[in-house]
Amino acid sequence: MAAPASPAGRPRLASLILQRKTLVIGLIVLTVIALLAILAPLIAPYSPSRLSVVNRLKAPSERWFFGTDEFGRDVFSRTIYAGQLSLLVGAAATALAAVLGITLGLMAGFFRRFDGVIARIIDAMMAFPDILLAISLVAALGPSLATVIVALGIVYAPRLARIVRASTLIIRELPYVEAARALGVPTWRIMTRHVLRNLVSPILVQASFIFAYAMLAEASLSFLGVGVSPEIPTWGTMIAGGRQYIGQADWMMLFPGAAIVLTVLSLQLVGDGLRDLLDPRLRKDL
Amino acid sequence: MTAASTPAQAGKTEAPLLSVRNLQKVFPTRGGEVRAVSDVSFEVGRGSIVGIVGESGSGKTTVGRCILRLVEPSGGEAVFDGVDLFGLSEKALRGYRRRLQIIFQDPYSSLNPRMRVGEIIGEAIDTHRLARGKAREARIAELLGRVGLNPDHARRYPHEFSGGQRQRIGIARALAVEPELIIADEPVSALDVSVQAQVLNLIQELQRELGLTMVFISHDLSVVEYLCDDIVVLYLGRIMEKGPAQEVYANPRHPYTKVLLSAAPVPDPGAKRERVILKGDIPSPLNPPSGCVFRTRCPHVIEACASAIPPIEEVGPGHSVACIRQKELAGAAG
Repeated sequence: MAAPASPAGRPRLASLILQRKTLVIGLIVLTVIALLAILAPLIAPYSPSRLSVVNRLKAPSERWFFGTDEFGRDVFSRTIYAGQLSLLVGAAATALAAVLGITLGLMAGFFRRFDGVIARIIDAMMAFPDILLAISLVAALGPSLATVIVALGIVYAPRLARIVRASTLIIRELPYVEAARALGVPTWRIMTRHVLRNLVSPILVQASFIFAYAMLAEASLSFLGVGVSPEIPTWGTMIAGGRQYIGQADWMMLFPGAAIVLTVLSLQLVGDGLRDLLDPRLRKDL
Repeated sequence: MTAASTPAQAGKTEAPLLSVRNLQKVFPTRGGEVRAVSDVSFEVGRGSIVGIVGESGSGKTTVGRCILRLVEPSGGEAVFDGVDLFGLSEKALRGYRRRLQIIFQDPYSSLNPRMRVGEIIGEAIDTHRLARGKAREARIAELLGRVGLNPDHARRYPHEFSGGQRQRIGIARALAVEPELIIADEPVSALDVSVQAQVLNLIQELQRELGLTMVFISHDLSVVEYLCDDIVVLYLGRIMEKGPAQEVYANPRHPYTKVLLSAAPVPDPGAKRERVILKGDIPSPLNPPSGCVFRTRCPHVIEACASAIPPIEEVGPGHSVACIRQKELAGAAG
């Protein structure tokens, strides 16, 4: 898998990536968003929590790129600061959901004796509305950033587990898995090399969805008051707060909303691009 | 392991490499038990090729899978070089995995689409720690050359190859561990007719060069005749007839074998022979006929056929038949 410096003149990983315009665009947008969030303390013209009663609900201008909110806080500064938490929640929840979901799905698909139990748990969790489940988890564990991440990771794990389980059930019966068994390849290696490697595409696609869902769900949780504490801005809390002023100050929702849309869109482009890149059959590397 | 194999090696010249005895395989299903394989016994001598023939549903693939424990057998034994493979633990079996290999029917689904050819063959080498580094690369190149591919092909993915080439990769993977016995499960039936002969020739060549012992599973009688020393005819999971291939082809004793042979094309437009057409389909293994399983389609059926499962009787050196009427039919046919 490591990009080999190929003597036969095969293209390296970098040129494979550059051949894909959508992947490149997605990567660029995502990088810009991530950099803005990480470098927010350097870039933001104002502190995200600086109040200014005289400058309430000002429209976007040279002074306030994205306008100001009902307390006179600079929406631009808040938007880029909010990216820190939103991206963190999205990424961490997706990573957790991936670890849980892939493990459970592989176990259920590969070992019949676990299948009954795991499959029922997955079904039960999927039958529950996501937000309700997340709220009860956060309520049980106490609201904090870590709890929100854990709760969302648990809530979205079944989506991956279900896909991984179903595909594992198919793949483990294929002759190339039989061939590996006939060679005496250890089970864990069959699971990673033969099964998981063929599941990369659906997992990537699903993970890019989960990232987006998790960011939005964090917003809902914050809006309902069980999320991250309200003084720390996230895109979700900003949208929630801006809702009341949509008639007077639509910029309050517009810019954090646009940030979510751009992030999700670029994630999907990257997810799709990676899927194609990792599938040797779709790779045009001649 | 060494202790167990020492006595077998003493009688190496005579003892068959593989001896399958009373193999049973029952698949439990919702509709009841499916007896895929019942009471199958045969022997495979060192360096010989045994053909297992039968139509679809006859259990021939299951026999192969059971010997390799890819499917757990329900009963019987498979004695390989003095050791019953069915009695081995998963761990002990791992050592034997190197000595028995399989070539699959479908050259498409038998190669992992995400692995380069070099990785596919390399996995076999790595699993049994046969070579590392440069030696490993050299071995992969050698194997590819041996099956008629270019060593450069190691860097390619399976989808870049044709069916015949892919089957060659599958063969190289099986050879990578230097097995003593290879089970070839219809290795050419998924290939174009034009490619079949090439792959068959390759298999035959390798078998001779490497002194391989083979179990060749096929539904194609002409292929089996061309390749095999001995032949086992299966019908609905039971052996109908077995014996040296030449003998069985020249002098088939079981009505089913006769029907099968009469259906095989002969490359001579002037050849005249009696064509026996079978009526109906192979019965459901969920509910097999009583007595002789072939009686529902047999042109020579009598009442007694339904009462008891016909015993396998020796009719010549190494040639046995499971038919209660084989003597009178042999007389009638002349």
